[in-house]
Amino acid sequence: MNENNRSGSVVAGIDVGGTFTDLILIDGKAGRVHIAKTPTTPDNQAYGVVAALADTGHPVDAIDLIVHGTTTTTNAVLERRLAKTGMITTRGFRDIIELGRRTRPQPYGMTGTFVPVIPRDLRLEVSERVLASGEVRTPLDEAEVREAVGALKAAGCESLVIHFLHAYANPSHERRAAEIARKTWPNDHITMGHALLSEAREFERGVTASVNASVRPILERYVGRLREELGARGYARDFLIMNGNGGMISARFVTEEAAKTVMSGPASGVIAAAYTGKRAGFPNLVTYDMGGTSTDVALIRNAEPAVSNETEIEYAMPIHVPMVDVHTVGAGGGSIARVDAAGLIQVGPQSAGAMPGPICYRRGGSEPTITDANLVLGRLAPRKLLAVANPVTVDDVRAVFAEKIGKPTGLDGVAAAGAVLRLGNLKMAGAIRMVSVSRGHDPRDFALFAFGGAGPLHATALARELGLPKVLVPARPGITNALGCVVADLRHDFVNTLNLPVAALDEARVTEVLERQRADGEALIAKEAVASTEVRYLHSADMQFVGQTHILNVRLPSTKVTRAELQALFAKAYFGRFKVSLPEIRASLVNLNTSVIGVRPEVDLSRLIDPAGRASTLEGALNERRPVWFDGTWIETLVYAREKLPLDAIIEGPAILEQMDATTVIEPGDRVTGDADGNLIVEVGR
Amino acid sequence: MTLDAITLSVIQAALQQVCDEMDLAFSRAAFSPVIAEANDRSDGVYSAVDGSLIAQGQGGLPVFVGVMQYSTRTIIEMIAAGRCLPPEPGDTYIVNDPYLGGTHLMDVRFARPVYRAGTLFCWLSNTGHWPDIGGAVPGGFSASATSVEQEGLRLPPVKLFKKGELDPEIYAIITSNIRVADQRIGDIKAQAAALSIGEERLFAILDRYGDDTVLAAIEELRRRAAQQMRANIARIADGTYRSKAFVDSDGVVDAPLTIALSVEKAGDTLTFDFSGSSPPCQGPMNSVLATTLSSVYLAMRHIFPDVPISAGAFEPLIVKRPEGTFLDAKYPRPVSGCAAEVSQRIAESVFAAMVQALPDEVTAAPAGSSGNFALGGHDPARGRDFVMYQISGGGYGGNAGHDGLTNGCSTIGISKSPPVEVMEQAFPVLYRRYALREGSGGAGKHRGGFGLHYDVELLRGEARASFVMDHGRFGPQGALGGSDGMVNSVTVWRDGKAHVPLHLSKEQDIPLKAGDRVEVGTPGGGGYGDPATRDRAAVRRDVDMGYYTEDQARALFGGA
Repeated sequence: MNENNRSGSVVAGIDVGGTFTDLILIDGKAGRVHIAKTPTTPDNQAYGVVAALADTGHPVDAIDLIVHGTTTTTNAVLERRLAKTGMITTRGFRDIIELGRRTRPQPYGMTGTFVPVIPRDLRLEVSERVLASGEVRTPLDEAEVREAVGALKAAGCESLVIHFLHAYANPSHERRAAEIARKTWPNDHITMGHALLSEAREFERGVTASVNASVRPILERYVGRLREELGARGYARDFLIMNGNGGMISARFVTEEAAKTVMSGPASGVIAAAYTGKRAGFPNLVTYDMGGTSTDVALIRNAEPAVSNETEIEYAMPIHVPMVDVHTVGAGGGSIARVDAAGLIQVGPQSAGAMPGPICYRRGGSEPTITDANLVLGRLAPRKLLAVANPVTVDDVRAVFAEKIGKPTGLDGVAAAGAVLRLGNLKMAGAIRMVSVSRGHDPRDFALFAFGGAGPLHATALARELGLPKVLVPARPGITNALGCVVADLRHDFVNTLNLPVAALDEARVTEVLERQRADGEALIAKEAVASTEVRYLHSADMQFVGQTHILNVRLPSTKVTRAELQALFAKAYFGRFKVSLPEIRASLVNLNTSVIGVRPEVDLSRLIDPAGRASTLEGALNERRPVWFDGTWIETLVYAREKLPLDAIIEGPAILEQMDATTVIEPGDRVTGDADGNLIVEVGR
Repeated sequence: MTLDAITLSVIQAALQQVCDEMDLAFSRAAFSPVIAEANDRSDGVYSAVDGSLIAQGQGGLPVFVGVMQYSTRTIIEMIAAGRCLPPEPGDTYIVNDPYLGGTHLMDVRFARPVYRAGTLFCWLSNTGHWPDIGGAVPGGFSASATSVEQEGLRLPPVKLFKKGELDPEIYAIITSNIRVADQRIGDIKAQAAALSIGEERLFAILDRYGDDTVLAAIEELRRRAAQQMRANIARIADGTYRSKAFVDSDGVVDAPLTIALSVEKAGDTLTFDFSGSSPPCQGPMNSVLATTLSSVYLAMRHIFPDVPISAGAFEPLIVKRPEGTFLDAKYPRPVSGCAAEVSQRIAESVFAAMVQALPDEVTAAPAGSSGNFALGGHDPARGRDFVMYQISGGGYGGNAGHDGLTNGCSTIGISKSPPVEVMEQAFPVLYRRYALREGSGGAGKHRGGFGLHYDVELLRGEARASFVMDHGRFGPQGALGGSDGMVNSVTVWRDGKAHVPLHLSKEQDIPLKAGDRVEVGTPGGGGYGDPATRDRAAVRRDVDMGYYTEDQARALFGGA
C-alpha cells in the first residue's frame, strides 16, 4: 500500500461499542470528514461495520486504510461465549486457573461465584518440571503430551493452551510440547503460556494464556468475516485492528495474540484524548468517558497514556499484557438512586444498565437514575435522548423522584433530582480521585477530557469537585473511540523480568536487553503494510525498594543507563508519588520495558466540525432558552447548537451546548472558548 | 442544627472518601507485603470525645472493623488519667497493647489528634500488621506461647511523632527489638503519611461545609446508621438463636475450645451472649475483648454489607462482656491466634446462629482459617537464613442462591495468597502439587466450595515447620440439613513417614531436612440444605469435573 501521508489519503476509524458502531472517515483528498453512527450488530459485528461505511456514502474501494476497534473478544470473555479450549499443564497444577489467589468478589458478603475460562475436565496434566532457576528437574514426558493432545482433540477442543510452571525462566518444555501438538492439531490455535507474558505468577500468566486461546478462534472468524464483507465491496487492502495498548496491528497478525485486543475500545478513546490534547496544548489529562453503566477513567501525562501490565477485566480474570491503564468506575448514567433505611440518599452501585435503562428511555425502567435527574433538571433535553422512540414526559419522571426520593427526605421532585445529581457527581469524583489525583499528581496540572455520550454533561461539576482548572470537550465526544482508531500509531511493547537489586545489576546486560527489545519491535513494525514517518522508542524500568511488592514505572532516557542513574531516577519518582524519601533502603529493578512506536502521519482534526456550518454570531447558534436547575435554583439558560458556534465564540456560564451525540453543561461561573480543532475549553469557575 | 438529607448524604460520602484515601495511601507506600499486597491494614476517623468510630475505609481488613475505636478510647482515657502525655498538634501515638483495645501484637496502631483552631476536633487512626514485632518466633505466631511476653514487644500508647518529628529514641527501642528492622522505617513513614493525607482531605471538607455542620452531621449520621441496622434486624423473627463453634486446641493443651453463642432478637436489637464458652486457655488462642466485639461486627457486616461501618451501626448489636471465658483475655494471656483464627470461629458462630434467622441471606460456614504455615531454616546454596509464610484459602459455604466459592479468602481477610512461582524463587522449596482439594465441599442442596490441597518439599538444607490453622477436628458447619465441609489436614512427611501434628492443625518447630515434605488440605465449605434435593445434573457435573468420585457422590448426595 502506498500511503505515506494521511493528510492526503482517506482513512476510516471504526469502533464497535455495546450499542452503537461509530465511524469517522477523514477524506484528506477532498478535505472532508464523514461521521456515522449505526446500531451494533452483536451476532456479526461486521454487518454493523459495513452499514456504517455505507452510511458515509463514500465508496469503500476508495478508502486507503481502515482501522478497527472491536469488542468481539471482550464480549466473548464477559459472556463466556468462548471457543472450546483445552489446557495441557504441569502435573499437580491443573487447578491453578480455577483456584485463583484465594479471593472473594467483594470485601464484605460471603457469596458470589466464579467460572474458570477452561473447565476442569479439559485441563490435563503431563509429567515435566522446571525449577525457578530454569533448571529442568523432571524432563517432559512426550508420550503423555501426545496422549493429552489426542484426548483434547477428541473432546472437540478448537484451541489449545500449554502452560507449564516457570516457563518464563525456561520455555523449552512449552516449546517442545507445542511442537508435538502442532503435528496433529487441526489448526494453528496453540498458545504457549510464556509467549504472551514472560514473567512469574502462574495464575495470572495461565489466565492470560487461557483467555488468549479461548478468544483466538472467535477473533479469527470475525476478522475473516469482516475481510470478506469489505472485499465484496472492493476493499482488498489489509486493515488494522486496535490493541489494548493503544497501538494498531495488522489484521493478519492480530489473532495470535488475541488477548491484546481486550480493552481495544477504551484504549482507543484514551489515544484520541492524548492526540487531541497534545494538539490543543493540554499534555496532561484525566480522561472521563461516562457511559450507561460505568465510567472509564485514565491518566495521560506528557501526551502519553499510562500503560499497565496488570489489567483485571472482571473478578479473578487478570490479563497481564501491556494495556492502556483504564480504570472502570461502577457509576454511569444508569446508576440508580434510592433512599436507604437510614433516610439517606444513595446513588449506585445498582444500575439500570441499558436494559431496562433509565425511566426516560421508556424500556420499562422504573427506578430513578442519574440520566433521569439530568432530564428533570433541564440539563438534558427530552428530544435529545438517543435511541428513544417515545420518551415519557418530564412530569412523569419528576413524579418518580418526588415519590421515591422526595417523600422519605422531605424534598420535592426537582430538589430530589438535584440531590441525586449532586451526590452522583460527588461519588464519581471520589472514584476518579482514587485512580488519578490520589496517586501523587497535582490536580492543577491536569485538565479533564470529557467524552462519551454523558461525559460532557457532568464534566464541569466534576472538575470543580476534583480541583481541575480546565475541561476539554472534543469536537465529537460521542465518537472519540473511532477517532482513536484514525490517529493511533503502530505499537509493540516488550517486558523482560530481571528482578535484581540495582547494586547487583550488570549495566551492559541492561543495555543488551533494551536493545534487543528495540530490535524485535523494529522487525515487527517493518512487517506492517502501512508506513511510519518515524520510529520512536520508550524505555522504562519497573522498580521498587528491596522488600517492597508494589512497583513504580520509571522512564529511562536511553538504553545506556548506569546504576547510579537508575537509583536516582527511582528515588525521584518515588518521592513524586508518595512524598516519602527513603535513602536508608536499596532499590531493585524488576522489569525492563521497551515500547516501539511506528509514528503515523499527522491527522488534521480541524474539520471534525464542518467550518462551513458555523454561524457568524453567537445568536446564530442559539437553539432555545430553557430553565435549567443549577445549585438550588432555576436559571433561564441559553441553549446553543454546538456545531454552529462561531470558532472565536466566548460563552459565560450558565449555558447548554447541544450536538448530535452529546450535551455539554456549562455551570454558572464557567467560561468557554473554542480552538481551531473545534474543541471547547472550559475554564472552571471556583 | 437541623440538617437536610442532601447535606447529610454528601458529608457521609465525603467522610468515607477520606478513609478510602487513607487506605489507598497506606497500601501504596507500605513496604511490608502484608500491608502492601495483603491489605492487612485499616484507617478511620474517630470521635474526639470518646473515640467512637465515625467512618472507616471500605478497603480495610475486615477484622479491624470497629477495633480502633477501642484503642482510641483507651488513649483518651489514659490521657485524662494522666497516664499518657497530653496531645499536641502534629503528635502521633503508637500502640499495640492487645489489652488496651487491640488484637495481637503484630497489629500496630497509630493515632493522631486532629486540631481545628487550637481545639481537638477528632482522631485519625490506622492499624498495620507488621511482619515482625520480636518475640519467640519470626512473625509473631508462636503456637506454644503461654504469656504475651513471649509473643513480642508490647507498646503502651506513646508519642512516636512529637509535633511532626519522629522520636529517635522510641524508634531506636522499637528497631532494637524486632527482626528485619531496617525495612520498618518504610512502613512507619507510610503509616504516618496515610494519616497526613487523611488530615489534608478532612480539612478540605471542614473548610467547605463548616466545622459545626460536619460535627452535627456526624451526630446525625451515627443516629441514622443505628436506625439502618435496626431496620435490618427488625426483619428477623423474635426469638433466641443458638450455635456453637470449636477451636481445635489452644496449641498447648490438646483439647477443643468451645464458643457457645446465643443470639436473642427482641424488638430491633440483637443481644450476643457468649457465656458458657470455654475459660481462658494456656496457649495463644485467647481473644481480647476488642477482637471479640470486632469479630461479631465483621460477621454482621458480611450479612448486611450495605450498612456503613460506624459506631451507630454497632449500637443495636449488644455484646455481653464474656467475662471468665477465653473471649475476654486479660494480661498476660497469650493472644497471637485471636485475630487470625479465633475471630473466624466467633464469626462462624454468628453465621451458624443467623442462618437460622435469615436463611436466604446467610451462608453455611466458610473454611474460616488463615492457614498459616511458616517454614524457617537455612538455605546452604545462598548461605543465608529464610522464613517463608504460606497462607491459604478454603471453601465457602453453600447458600440459598448457589454453591460456595472455591479457595476463598479467610473470613477476616482480603489478602491474596502468594504464587507458587514466587515462593519457589524466594525459598528452597518445590511444590509438587497445588490443587483443588477434591471431595472437600460439604454436601447440600448447594454444596460448599472446595479447599486447597498442596504438597511442598524442602529442596536443601534444614528447616522447621510451624502451623497455626484450625478446623482440623471439626469441619466448617453445614446449614439447614447440609453436611459439614471436610476438615483441615496437615501431614508432615519425614523420611517417607507420615507425622500428623498432635493438635492436628497446630504445632511448632517440626524439624525437616532436604527431601521432607509438608502436605496440607484446607477445609471445604459447609453444605446448605438437604443434599438429596441437589439438582441431579449438578451432581453429575461435579463428578464429570472430578470434584467428587462416583462413590463419594452416591454416598453424599444419594441416588444413582
